[in-house]
Amino acid sequence: MIFLTRRATFSASHFYWNEAWSAEKNQQVFGRCANRNGHGHNYTLEVTVAGEPDPVTGFVVDLKWLKDVMEREVLAAYDHKHLNLDAPEFKNQIPTTENIAIAAWQRLQPSITGAGGAKLSRIRVYETPEIFAEYRGEA
Amino acid sequence: MKAYFGRRYMISASHRLHAEQLTAEQNRAAYGKCNNPHGHGHNYTVEVLVGGNVAAETGMVVDLVALDEAVRGRIIERFDHANLNLDPMFADRVPTTENFCRAIFGLLKDALPAAKLETIRVEETENNFFECSAV
Repeated sequence: MIFLTRRATFSASHFYWNEAWSAEKNQQVFGRCANRNGHGHNYTLEVTVAGEPDPVTGFVVDLKWLKDVMEREVLAAYDHKHLNLDAPEFKNQIPTTENIAIAAWQRLQPSITGAGGAKLSRIRVYETPEIFAEYRGEA
Repeated sequence: MKAYFGRRYMISASHRLHAEQLTAEQNRAAYGKCNNPHGHGHNYTVEVLVGGNVAAETGMVVDLVALDEAVRGRIIERFDHANLNLDPMFADRVPTTENFCRAIFGLLKDALPAAKLETIRVEETENNFFECSAV
């Protein structure tokens, strides 16, 4: 089994806010991330697929194809967007790095599974070089 | 829904790789320039990966502030700008980065709020890293 990872970057804004809570509680839990005017990051998305190299091409997946899938399914929705306002999955869900990793998985999985070759293995989303969230699907 | 959260921290520390059970010659053979009698230092990067359910209320696996406090209190204050060989933990253990990684895992595993410690990764240089995971 080979694990193959492709990276891409996107720049987006967001804020953290739980509508069920008071303004004070949001401030207390989320601190500066609760600023309603939002703030932004340069995110790095890492997509890892797992499979056996094709006996003819030697590829686990065609990297150009994977790049296109990442651009179509994730970057088109997130890059230079406001995640709370522009991405439907964050209308009722806080766009934390954890939830972005899960949402990116859900966006990518149908195309990757549908191609019938390698499986989606891991999504990692870096919010800064020091902070990342990872999702490996349902165990 | 289970997800993982990772955060990187920096530690600058010195160490010397030298095993008391080995002769001077064997130590030089085993550890090369890392056996230099006066030691040497690194900027270590410690990557802490925790796993847990994403809380519906917060969208988070772990409270970042609480994680920072645990790592600062248990790891950074203890090892940053220190000589690893002089820490009691390395009194009878060579402070290789493998052992440093296990030491950090042991010190943090019961200290985290809510989430479970999954993996500690210690990068000794840009080209060397070591990982230790829960079994």
